[in-house]
Amino acid sequence: MAQVSYLEAIRQALFEEMDCDPSVLLLGEDIGVYGGAFQATAGLLERYGWERVIDTPISEAGIVGAAVGMSYQGLRPVVEMQFMDFIACAFEQIVNLAAKSHYRWGAPAPLVVRGPAGGGVHGGPFHSANPEMYFAHTPGLKVVYPATAYDAKGLLKSAIRDNNPVIFLEHKLLYRRIKEELPEEEYTVPLGQAVVRRPGRDLTIATYAAMVHASMEAAERLAAEGIETEVVDLRTLLPLDRQTLAASVHRTNKLLVVHEDTRTGGMAGEIAAQIADTSFEDLDGPIRRVTSLDTPVPLSPPLEEYFLPNADRIAAAARDLARY
Amino acid sequence: MSTTLTREQSLEVYYYLRLNRSLEELLVRLFRQNKIFGGVYGSLGQEAISVGAAYALDPGDWIAPMIRNIGALLVHGFRPRDILTQHMARAASPTLGKEGTSHMGDLQKRHVVAPTSVLGDLIPVMTGVAMAGRYLGQKIVAMTWIGDGGTSTGAFHEGMNLAAVQQAPLIVIVENNQWAYSTPVSRQVPLRDLADRARAYGISSMTVEGNDVVAVMDTVREAVAQARQGRGPVLVEAKTMRMVGHAQHDSAAYVPREMLAYWKTRDPLDLYESHLTRNGLWDEATRKEIETRVQRELSDDLAFAEDAPFPAGESAEQGVYCQGCHTIEPMWQRPKEELTPPRSGVQAAWAIEDFGDTKSPPAAPDSLPGKTRR
Repeated sequence: MAQVSYLEAIRQALFEEMDCDPSVLLLGEDIGVYGGAFQATAGLLERYGWERVIDTPISEAGIVGAAVGMSYQGLRPVVEMQFMDFIACAFEQIVNLAAKSHYRWGAPAPLVVRGPAGGGVHGGPFHSANPEMYFAHTPGLKVVYPATAYDAKGLLKSAIRDNNPVIFLEHKLLYRRIKEELPEEEYTVPLGQAVVRRPGRDLTIATYAAMVHASMEAAERLAAEGIETEVVDLRTLLPLDRQTLAASVHRTNKLLVVHEDTRTGGMAGEIAAQIADTSFEDLDGPIRRVTSLDTPVPLSPPLEEYFLPNADRIAAAARDLARY
Repeated sequence: MSTTLTREQSLEVYYYLRLNRSLEELLVRLFRQNKIFGGVYGSLGQEAISVGAAYALDPGDWIAPMIRNIGALLVHGFRPRDILTQHMARAASPTLGKEGTSHMGDLQKRHVVAPTSVLGDLIPVMTGVAMAGRYLGQKIVAMTWIGDGGTSTGAFHEGMNLAAVQQAPLIVIVENNQWAYSTPVSRQVPLRDLADRARAYGISSMTVEGNDVVAVMDTVREAVAQARQGRGPVLVEAKTMRMVGHAQHDSAAYVPREMLAYWKTRDPLDLYESHLTRNGLWDEATRKEIETRVQRELSDDLAFAEDAPFPAGESAEQGVYCQGCHTIEPMWQRPKEELTPPRSGVQAAWAIEDFGDTKSPPAAPDSLPGKTRR
């Protein structure tokens, strides 16, 4: 069976959802004729036509605003951000319009804003951001950030079918670097459920997106040293699967949180607070975190390598915590 | 004058104008009694734009009022009790006490998108409603209102531009009431006529005396007809004057008294009453009848609102997500089959005037994983 890349998995999810539901349509910059900056929407215009695959002006606020309006008509628009950094331009439409819509006046806004996020590709300060926490802090949104091709496809399909606005982040480093065989038959992955990628008894690493792979690599190395690491892939950041996390910490008694996002106000702080709150008695050590620096993402390779977490740093922190 | 309204319709327009004004007078009284949460944003002197523009629409059309368009909410079927319970933050309000002022909507029946506090936002939203309407095969137009100040926002520009390139059936009423809070229009926009904003988008525009409800209805009806025919969005500037402060807390001392005195002579209810009298459309008995009806409805609905309980505190936790509480199904008015594969003849190429087609990129994957359905 063919190996499917993370990027192709996303493209398949779009094809399948558009195939089965004419209320799904796409909006974005250069997504139609060009097929998207990363080709995530290549071939969709040919199959679904101009009415359903809409090349828009460079107007992130306008596009997301229009998607909100389409969702009020019962459609399920999927908006592509050419780079997730640019989502800042549509912040108002996401956090004030879409996120509050159901709570404020009972109007569901079933839409997805998806696009490439994350660093490691020397994209510099405007093409590498991990903007998930702006949205994970916003009630009414769901925030998804898959780590595997299987999840990328299954979670995107669930996101499109969800009745709430979903911010769907795709890690561009993973787009063409990871591949796996996907089931022939249809499947979805539910939002709001973390998964244990690797069982272990000595400590838990909670992480998501590209850092799942760095954490798995670190866990392999630690296993050779006799340290058994459990790796939990959060998959959805909002709503957060507290049960899976707490259950893992209950088994391992130690928690390291790893993310590529910057440190202050990152997901690790929230998880640390929650686990300290619910699982203090389970803990045999401090909750530690490995994250990027509190700086914008720098361009030059040595700078970016210094900025980003990696398997070495994760292994070092995990080793330290295991010994604690 | 309009020749398209029946006598009954002409009187109905008066009913809405009177109801709009009397309801707001009641809200001001309640505000002074500390019974209002969230402020009262009056439309005194601007009622003709809310009522006239909304009245020019057909059933099924969509509106997104802004905060001063209580009249449009009334025309689209909201009742004084909705507006009173909402301002008084009761559990029976259309938003269950979650929202205040005129921030209410109804997607299913009334096709009203709730006003928001962030100005300009509703232009792209209604562009999306209009685009969706066309996609679904509906013959609707989408209308929204914005003030002189709101036309300077980025969302206004992005929405107008998107609507224009999409030729979406969108009507934007620019309600030029001369003041954005305390800042006069001359300090916001370097244009004498805000209708000229339309030139930047290559769309048509109209200007109307906003205090003349008959003129508003006639002009907006023409704009609606254009948009419904597929000739793209229309911007209508309605010139008017905000006769009260930005909201009840604001004495508007910055407004020259002479300006208020001038516009007082152009009061929309006075103008319309003269129109009805001049054209023999009513007599004193009819006027009294409408006045009595309005007062009765307001007093009934006020009693309802005063008796309505506040929401239970713990209901604050409810409704963040839609969790199966709504069935989401678009109102299709064209065969879905037109939009589902296999399609033929779609080429991924831009047709560029004078230069022909560009070449097409890659095709769809030849095999899709198992067919899916919901």
